[in-house]
Amino acid sequence: MNSFMFKVEKFLDIFIDKGGYKEVLIGLQNTMIIAVAGLLIGIVIGTLIATVRVMPKYKRVVRVLDKFCSFYVALFRGTPMVVQLLVFYYVMLPLIGIKMSSVLVAITVFGLNSGAYISEIMRGGILSVDPGQMEGGRSVGLSYGTTMMKIVIPQAVKNILPTMGNEFITLIKETSIVSFVGAKDLYLAFQSIGSGTYEYMVPYLVMAIIYIVIVCLIALLIKVMERRLRKSDRGR
Amino acid sequence: MIEVVNLCKSFGDNEVLKNITTTIKKGEKVVVIGPSGSGKSTFLRCLNCMEDPTSGSIIFGGENIADPKVNINIHRQKMGMVFQHFNLFNNKTVIENIMMAPVYVGIKNLRKQKKNPDYTGPATKKEVKQQAYDKAIELLKRIGLEDKADAYPSSLSGGQKQRVAIVRSLAMDPDVILFDEPTSALDPEMVGEVLELMKDLADQGMTMVVVTHEMGFAREVGTRIMFMDEGRFVEEGTPEVFFSNPQSERAVEFLSKVL
Ligand SMILES: Nc1ncnc2c1ncn2[C@@H]1O[C@H](COP(=O)(O)OP(=O)(O)O)[C@@H](O)[C@H]1O
Ligand SMILES: [Mg+2]
Repeated sequence: MNSFMFKVEKFLDIFIDKGGYKEVLIGLQNTMIIAVAGLLIGIVIGTLIATVRVMPKYKRVVRVLDKFCSFYVALFRGTPMVVQLLVFYYVMLPLIGIKMSSVLVAITVFGLNSGAYISEIMRGGILSVDPGQMEGGRSVGLSYGTTMMKIVIPQAVKNILPTMGNEFITLIKETSIVSFVGAKDLYLAFQSIGSGTYEYMVPYLVMAIIYIVIVCLIALLIKVMERRLRKSDRGR
Repeated sequence: MIEVVNLCKSFGDNEVLKNITTTIKKGEKVVVIGPSGSGKSTFLRCLNCMEDPTSGSIIFGGENIADPKVNINIHRQKMGMVFQHFNLFNNKTVIENIMMAPVYVGIKNLRKQKKNPDYTGPATKKEVKQQAYDKAIELLKRIGLEDKADAYPSSLSGGQKQRVAIVRSLAMDPDVILFDEPTSALDPEMVGEVLELMKDLADQGMTMVVVTHEMGFAREVGTRIMFMDEGRFVEEGTPEVFFSNPQSERAVEFLSKVL
């Protein structure tokens, strides 16, 4: 126990007195930026893909787009995100000849990846909405697109909110891999604190607690949002 | 008003409508009856191309709307449809349900206004919305539900939902309304209020095509009964003639079951 207290003291020394908390704050910020921006990009990509995939397949364009979308989804769901990150950073970027900051790289890959997962969630959500809603919209002369955006997708989103929350939590946890391309996230911050003293026990313990707290807060937030939405469902 | 020529519809190998030709004239109240599975809904849904006909044409508003190149949305605004399960927008209030199409169409027309010197409609988005709102309130008053304007469909009874669905289709001033078993999903005590509203519409001269099992309504309101069996109209006539003196064996058999 004494040795543990000693380790805690050592950690606090670096964390507070030597300014280690600043690195942790930057790491926390990057973690959140990558997860939130990735989620937002993922929602846009996922909604577009889901819309294409549930469209009636009369037209050739739609069939071609649909093929492309299912390839995209298979690609991003079929490979580990670390691999996607590494390939994007060390293969794609040099090939195209573009320089990007590692945080931007992480955001891009997280967005592309969660787009694939969210498209499947969204597709399930759209299919769970009564087809009568689409027919109701079409019967009064609204276009497919308008009915989809104004009637069907809002109801789909309500149905999939819990699953989307889980996706966000997954993204936050997955950010711990972005140090593979040098992005300074929560993990890298604590890793560098640990390496300063060759003492990893307390830094990693604190890191774990921070992750747990973030995840619990988000889970709570989702519960509150769900309850709000359900209220509007009941009418007044 | 609607001219159906050699209409065929198949689902895969299942030939549901077999070469139907008929004309629905302005002011007619056509009642389609027949055994379940005979193709009544499919016929109705082909009229506004909710199902795409496999072959044949539907002439409405001077165009063959079965042609995929025709902009079907414009024609559907003039051909209302009322469903068995109401299909009100669950995420919109009652008044938003009614205003939705008029507002969208009004704003779209507004955008095209510059190209059209003869345009006489509202000049701003706000005016479009105000007009749609006024009209929606007027329609709600007509069915005595103006106090439900801001309620969501989930808080309405079945009869109220169907009446809102009917006035939603009226908001676009349609030339004809198609009804697919509008009272079949209702509790018995609510059937009356919906049929009453439909009678009202009929009295005001609305052209109607109604699929129903309500023989009382068919007799009282219908101007023409069309009896469908296995994808064909086997027999048609005025209610007086059809109900008192059905010709085909199938119609006799059907009537003996439902009357
Ligand atoms: N979307 C569909 N896909 C496949 N078959 C269908 C579809 N809609 C209707 N059918 C078939 O068409 C036939 C007629 O159905 P329908 O028009 O609903 O009859 P009715 O309204 O007279 O009861 C039935 O055999 C039904 O199984
Ligand atoms: Mg039917």
